[in-house]
Amino acid sequence: MPLQSKHIYTVSQITQEIEVIFENTFGKGVWVEGEVSNFKAAASGHFYFSLKDNTAVLAAAMFARANRELKFKLQDGIKVICFGQLSVYGPRGQYQMIVEKIEPKGIGARQLAFEQLKEKLLKDGLFDASHKKPLPFMPFRIGIVTSGAGAAIRDILGILQKDAPCLDVVIRSVRVQGEGAAKEIARGIEELNQFNKVDLIIISRGGGSTEDLWAFNEEAVARAVYASQLPTISAVGHQINISLCDLVADCFVETPTAAAKIIVDKKNALLAELESLKQEAGFSVSDTISLLKNNLTALRHAIKSPLDRLQEKEQVLDELFSGLNHNMRQFMNITRERMAALIHRLDALSPLAVLSRGYSLSVFMADGSVIKDADKMRRGDKVKTILSAGSFISSVEEVMPNERKAVV
Amino acid sequence: MREKQSFEDDLKKLQKIVEELSSGKLTLGESLKKYEEGIKLAESCSKELQGAERKVELLMKKDGKFALEKFAEEEEK
Repeated sequence: MPLQSKHIYTVSQITQEIEVIFENTFGKGVWVEGEVSNFKAAASGHFYFSLKDNTAVLAAAMFARANRELKFKLQDGIKVICFGQLSVYGPRGQYQMIVEKIEPKGIGARQLAFEQLKEKLLKDGLFDASHKKPLPFMPFRIGIVTSGAGAAIRDILGILQKDAPCLDVVIRSVRVQGEGAAKEIARGIEELNQFNKVDLIIISRGGGSTEDLWAFNEEAVARAVYASQLPTISAVGHQINISLCDLVADCFVETPTAAAKIIVDKKNALLAELESLKQEAGFSVSDTISLLKNNLTALRHAIKSPLDRLQEKEQVLDELFSGLNHNMRQFMNITRERMAALIHRLDALSPLAVLSRGYSLSVFMADGSVIKDADKMRRGDKVKTILSAGSFISSVEEVMPNERKAVV
Repeated sequence: MREKQSFEDDLKKLQKIVEELSSGKLTLGESLKKYEEGIKLAESCSKELQGAERKVELLMKKDGKFALEKFAEEEEK
């Protein structure tokens, strides 16, 4: 055949053609059964693995969005049935299955039963939020339904011993897996309720496979948890695969350790609250005291102010007084000066001043009267004559009544 | 081990006391009395939580009667 007459595809074209064929043939999705191998969980959350049987291998990818719904752990060697689309990856010339759902082969029927039971319990109200009891704000006695020999009890007791050794623990040891385990767990929950000396019940088991944990998905356990008068914490397994026990319990956590930590956290929160109440009480009292202090200061102010006013008055008085004294002093000074002047004038009039000029003054010895007229004198009268310095007494020898004019 | 209820009652009492104290309606004498009472309650509650005398027991049912047995703990560390 001549080259020109052949239809030649480019690689891209043929790849596109293959894509079209895949789309037309498997476009509605396909179910593929096989064994998981080369399983890898990427950091992105996507799963990459191969499905294989005796003679062929099919690359498969399950993106994070889809595998988040997965209820069991995917691992090499397990047989599964996958549903998804077949896609062609051009850059590598490969095709792979984009898996949307996986069911483990064999457990599929059980899974279906689980889903049916879950639906029934949901309808019966076992998961109702309104039925959930609040956890006691501080449980002092903790009841635990678990295996006395398991990892769960060791984990829980370890945390409580370390961080909350004030709490008593009552363990109801039960088988947690295998035939009859569910009934034992249920009876354990009932008996702790009858015993009625614990503040809450932890229903727990350490990690294990889906099958190991299956007892916690049975109706007997779910019903017993629902019927419990005591608050319940479900702490089953080590993964985020939610059991029916989890869904019914008042509270559920992923691990036994987390259940113990809830209680430790409550204890620590309470201790912190007690501390802050103590502080608040202290602040309130010191507030009261400082309020009273302020009141006192205000009162003291009110009492002090009339005193202040009195002092003001006193000051005014003092000033008035000193003004008064000043005036008086002035008055007295003036008076003193006047007196001096008067005394000076009196001095001038004093007979003593005349005597100092050589005159003398005579008085009758008999009555001390000043002798002014000779007519009043008689011979023999005793007369005292006062001089400027000293005096003398004499007797009258002769009286000459008109003598003075003639002399003068 | 103290009863949960009495602890809860004490805590409520303490909360009420703190409320009264912060209301500012008490006299100084009343305040100091309430404060003392409150501190006592807080101390006793704290002591309760800080205690370390736990018991770990196994609940058994024998002939229809409950019995507690000491649980043999594995010694850690």
